[in-house]
Amino acid sequence: MSVLVIAEHLNGQLAGSTLATLGAAKQLGGDITVLVAGKDVAEVGQQAANVAGVSKVLVADDAAYEHPTAEALTPLVVREAEGATHVLAPATTFGKNLLPRVAARLDVQQISDITGIVSEDTFVRPIYAGNALATVQSSDSVKVITVRGTAFERAEAEGGSADVANVDAAEVPSNVRFVDQQLTVSERPELTSARIIISGGRGMQNGDNFKLLEDVADKLGAAVGASRAAVDAGFVPNDYQVGQTGKIVAPDLYIAVGISGAIQHLAGMEGSKVIVAINKDEEAPIFEVADYGLVADLFEAVPELSQELEKVL
Amino acid sequence: MKILVAVKRVVDYNVRIRVKADQTGVETANVKMSMNPFDEIALEEAVRIKEAGKADEVVVVSIGPSQAQETIRTGLAMGGDRGILVEADPDLEPLTVAKLLKAVVEKESPDLLILGKQAIDDDSNQTGQMLGELLGWPQGTFASKVELGDSEVSVTREIDGGAETLALNMPAVITTDLRLNEPRYAKLPNIMKAKKKPLDTLTPGDLGVDTAHRLKVVKVEEPPKRKGGAKVGSVQELVEKLRNEAKVI
Repeated sequence: MSVLVIAEHLNGQLAGSTLATLGAAKQLGGDITVLVAGKDVAEVGQQAANVAGVSKVLVADDAAYEHPTAEALTPLVVREAEGATHVLAPATTFGKNLLPRVAARLDVQQISDITGIVSEDTFVRPIYAGNALATVQSSDSVKVITVRGTAFERAEAEGGSADVANVDAAEVPSNVRFVDQQLTVSERPELTSARIIISGGRGMQNGDNFKLLEDVADKLGAAVGASRAAVDAGFVPNDYQVGQTGKIVAPDLYIAVGISGAIQHLAGMEGSKVIVAINKDEEAPIFEVADYGLVADLFEAVPELSQELEKVL
Repeated sequence: MKILVAVKRVVDYNVRIRVKADQTGVETANVKMSMNPFDEIALEEAVRIKEAGKADEVVVVSIGPSQAQETIRTGLAMGGDRGILVEADPDLEPLTVAKLLKAVVEKESPDLLILGKQAIDDDSNQTGQMLGELLGWPQGTFASKVELGDSEVSVTREIDGGAETLALNMPAVITTDLRLNEPRYAKLPNIMKAKKKPLDTLTPGDLGVDTAHRLKVVKVEEPPKRKGGAKVGSVQELVEKLRNEAKVI
């Protein structure tokens, strides 16, 4: 077996999603090769080489990959996947955008967002917003897979000493052009890797009230998330959204404030270790999954929570 | 300019699904079905482009059982001009769907293809990208804004850290995110008119596509149930429990 992992990286850092994907690759066994494509990514290549369990790192350092599109990366990935039995990428917007193009070119049926590995050809993945788990067996010669980051233990970032080799860029299509990027700036941990998340829903009433959550988040070192209702109402930007169509998270602690608990939201956070719900409606479905529920007005309970945390932390 | 929109008939998003006792799949008999929500957004976007005078025709395509005709009629009531049904199994894999759509695209030669970013039943998020690759067209996935130029389309995409904008040469594939627009409701007169709009039916055989599955579903089961825990009486008690019982803070 020979596994090719497509690395996701941001600002010169190997992404946490890549470490989780490498965790899945280690479960598969076999030789693990990591492909790092970008501009000025020698350092990222070195980080990948340091990850425990990686046997080889391929670095495609080229201006053409500065803002890599799926169209540009596909020929490179397909070329480097020659001989691999498995091609893995994280099930982030990066991996979801890229890998189906790779699968189509290789003429294989991709397996999306796996949460479990049964054997080298059999995988578990959630369907219907996480309300069912499908175990599927692939008959394709190459298994092309995206990996749900929260479902696998991350590989150790240190302890490896893989060989690093530079590879040339592949053909780059001219039918797509990067224009610009608008990234959300935040001091807080990134949602999908945060240990604690506090999320607000429609019950927050407006964007200013999210300050109440930020105050608690600052004390806990937590990330701030939101339900789709809060995003649609314009309280917070889109990339805060947790759920079937937003981000899938599984922190140690998830605090849902003013969130009713629609199926689509639960799909994004039900894997959390401990769930807390603060809601004034005691019939809200969120209480059916919450380990600790507090029926209270959030505008009183959240400031009080902040004060209590002040005392004990 | 012609726009082709692909729509899928799925279990309605509000339905609490049930896994079949024999673990072969999810119960879909006698369950409310409707158009995949992301596809409604795709269709709305196409109709808006047409209403802005930038497209002449919107073709609605669905691949599925004969009941998918209803989904196409819904699309025609929302403003689609005509429909194409490729009558096939309801559970085709995304690669097969992409190949069937490619064959339809080759017959129809649209300038723009719009699909939902994912179907809420299989949650694959693959078809648009696969179709882009099979056709050699560029893709604007997870679109939250689409602006049509003369030979280019500018697509703002939702990405994990925020948003990014790409310019795609046409013809191109776009997949829609929820933020792209608010789909309209079809009004009764439009539903009546939609019944008279043309709807062609094809089969995978007509299109020369093999529909054999690459993935075998070994089993489908319910996820482990979370047991709802206790309610606490006060914020103080909550903090105490999180600290001493759950040990997460």
